[in-house]
Amino acid sequence: MNTNVVFMGYTRSDLTNLVVVLALALLVIPLTVESDYWYASILIPWLCLALAAVGQQIVMGYAGQLALGAAGFMAAGAFACFNLILRVPYMPFPVALALSGLIAAAFGVLFGLPSLRVRGIYLMVATLASQFFIVWMIDKFGWFKNYDTSGIITAQDIVIFGKTFTTPLEMYLVVVVVVAVLTIFAVNMTRGSTGRSWMAVRDMDIAAESMGISLLRTKLQAFAISAFFCGVAGALFAFTYLKSLEPVAFDIKLSFKILFMVILGGLGTISGAFIGAAFILLFPVVLNSLGNNVFHGAIDATIISAAEQVVFGVLIIVFMIYEPLGMAKLWENVKQRFNFKRAPTAALSKTQAT
Amino acid sequence: MTDFLFFIEVVVAGLLAGTMYSLVALGFVLIYKASSTFNFAQGAMVFFAVLAFVGFMELGLPFVAAFFVTIVLMGLVGFFTERLVLKPLMNQSEDTLLMATIGLGFVLEGLAQAAWGVEVRRLDLGIGDFPIPWIIDSTGLFISALDLTAGLVAAVLIIGLALLFKYTKMGLGLRAVADDAGAASSIGIPLGNIMLLVWTAAGIVALVAGMMWGARAGVQFALVDLALKALPVLIIGGFSSIPGAIVGGLIIGASEKVLEVYVGPFFGGGIEGWAPYVLAIFFLLRRPEGLFGEKIIRRV
Repeated sequence: MNTNVVFMGYTRSDLTNLVVVLALALLVIPLTVESDYWYASILIPWLCLALAAVGQQIVMGYAGQLALGAAGFMAAGAFACFNLILRVPYMPFPVALALSGLIAAAFGVLFGLPSLRVRGIYLMVATLASQFFIVWMIDKFGWFKNYDTSGIITAQDIVIFGKTFTTPLEMYLVVVVVVAVLTIFAVNMTRGSTGRSWMAVRDMDIAAESMGISLLRTKLQAFAISAFFCGVAGALFAFTYLKSLEPVAFDIKLSFKILFMVILGGLGTISGAFIGAAFILLFPVVLNSLGNNVFHGAIDATIISAAEQVVFGVLIIVFMIYEPLGMAKLWENVKQRFNFKRAPTAALSKTQAT
Repeated sequence: MTDFLFFIEVVVAGLLAGTMYSLVALGFVLIYKASSTFNFAQGAMVFFAVLAFVGFMELGLPFVAAFFVTIVLMGLVGFFTERLVLKPLMNQSEDTLLMATIGLGFVLEGLAQAAWGVEVRRLDLGIGDFPIPWIIDSTGLFISALDLTAGLVAAVLIIGLALLFKYTKMGLGLRAVADDAGAASSIGIPLGNIMLLVWTAAGIVALVAGMMWGARAGVQFALVDLALKALPVLIIGGFSSIPGAIVGGLIIGASEKVLEVYVGPFFGGGIEGWAPYVLAIFFLLRRPEGLFGEKIIRRV
């Protein structure tokens, strides 16, 4: 047992981390970073995709259900948010955001139903159905797109309490607050009985069931919450990063990206979702600037994007072989090497890759 | 033309198109049978193989030579996969292997694009994608020559593979490995060689599938997404059954065409994109092991 618990199961170092991260996100970054590029092209998409990765993490890393349809739920959330603001008078943005998460969650429950019968690749195929179906539905029925024929719809302004959030910095603040609240929520769930049931189902579902954990409830709950996170992430992604709504933005490639964030970042840790998202998002940027600045465009863009794919693929194989718990575990190892007085945290040492 | 004749035509076209899915699914089944690995990279292998084939043809190799060079290349891919991916991951869970093969798929897609570029290539097999005149004359059905060829090629491949498994020593070894890899290796069956054989066979199947698809839709990245449709085929047919892959492909091909033609118009079309997956879900709920698969028994 951890003896230095100070507040609701959290240790002093947990709370220090929380304060440091929040201070960094809400004070240090807004005061020091001035370039809009950083907000609009790196921080905002990173936080949005990390939130979706947290959703993927919940269903895959914690509940052990191999799902591949995060982008479908993101699309559901994004278009739900668009339609709520469009059709409901005086709909405040935060409420629309929460409702679109709930709508995505309803889809999550629907497409999570097969998980009660199947697992592994079978489940993956079933969840692919959600990916293709949701994107097709939005694309085919004009109502979802407000009968816009151009295919790209501009997202509405974000208005909260009469204030319109337009500049990249303001949008960044909106995203940070939403992501922070939901992440704390996620950490709480994973540390509480909800998360324990997910992990029990992941590690051995039959054993979990015989211990009185309802598989139906636990699995569907994981799918619902995962889809909720993805839905909110999708709405934020569309409203703050893309600033437009188009079904193509949420294709299967995005689902794979989010899957990779979770695998490379580390299965079964919330921080892994953030680390993985940062890596997947930043690596192409670094590779591109290398191509432009070091080789001065001597390397074809095709080669660069192909190299990116090869590196992601190789990294996945390497991590699967040598460190199935991903970059979060590597980071933990480094920390422990420099900080061997402190005992390893219970949650991490017990986490197993699925 | 009568409505019934049209219906038959839709079904036949669907069945023949389905054999193309079967060809992709066949590669999955081969590898799953031998190593209990869901090879998610099979779609990427289809893309890689046919892009290599077209690439070699562009270098001036004649058709047959390009075909055999590509087969050797796929053998090499199998060799490195076995050494670098499968061996270090031996005895890991199926999910871990599945994720590793997703990685492998990305590596193959990337390598193929780096080596041969991203533009869409035309592949002319000398078989047109148009209705055969004598079939129209005798029955009034419009059946594409390419579809018919794909069906015949699939049949030949399957008979060939069945003979290989049944009558050769390698085939016997392969069945032994499929049954119990540990026991097979303890009586001296070379696991590595068997895996190499299986991956090469899957590579050949991938190449043939890629050539059929490529002749129809052009050799391009979209082939990878098309190959994803082999997954519902496998769910319906069962992951470990070669006849299952064929029947599953036929069911998916026919039902997707029938649904698209008769139900699609009510929804503005395009339901082909997801209908196979939804069909697979219904199969999963009723019969998770597929039509021909072995019953899944799990113990604590």
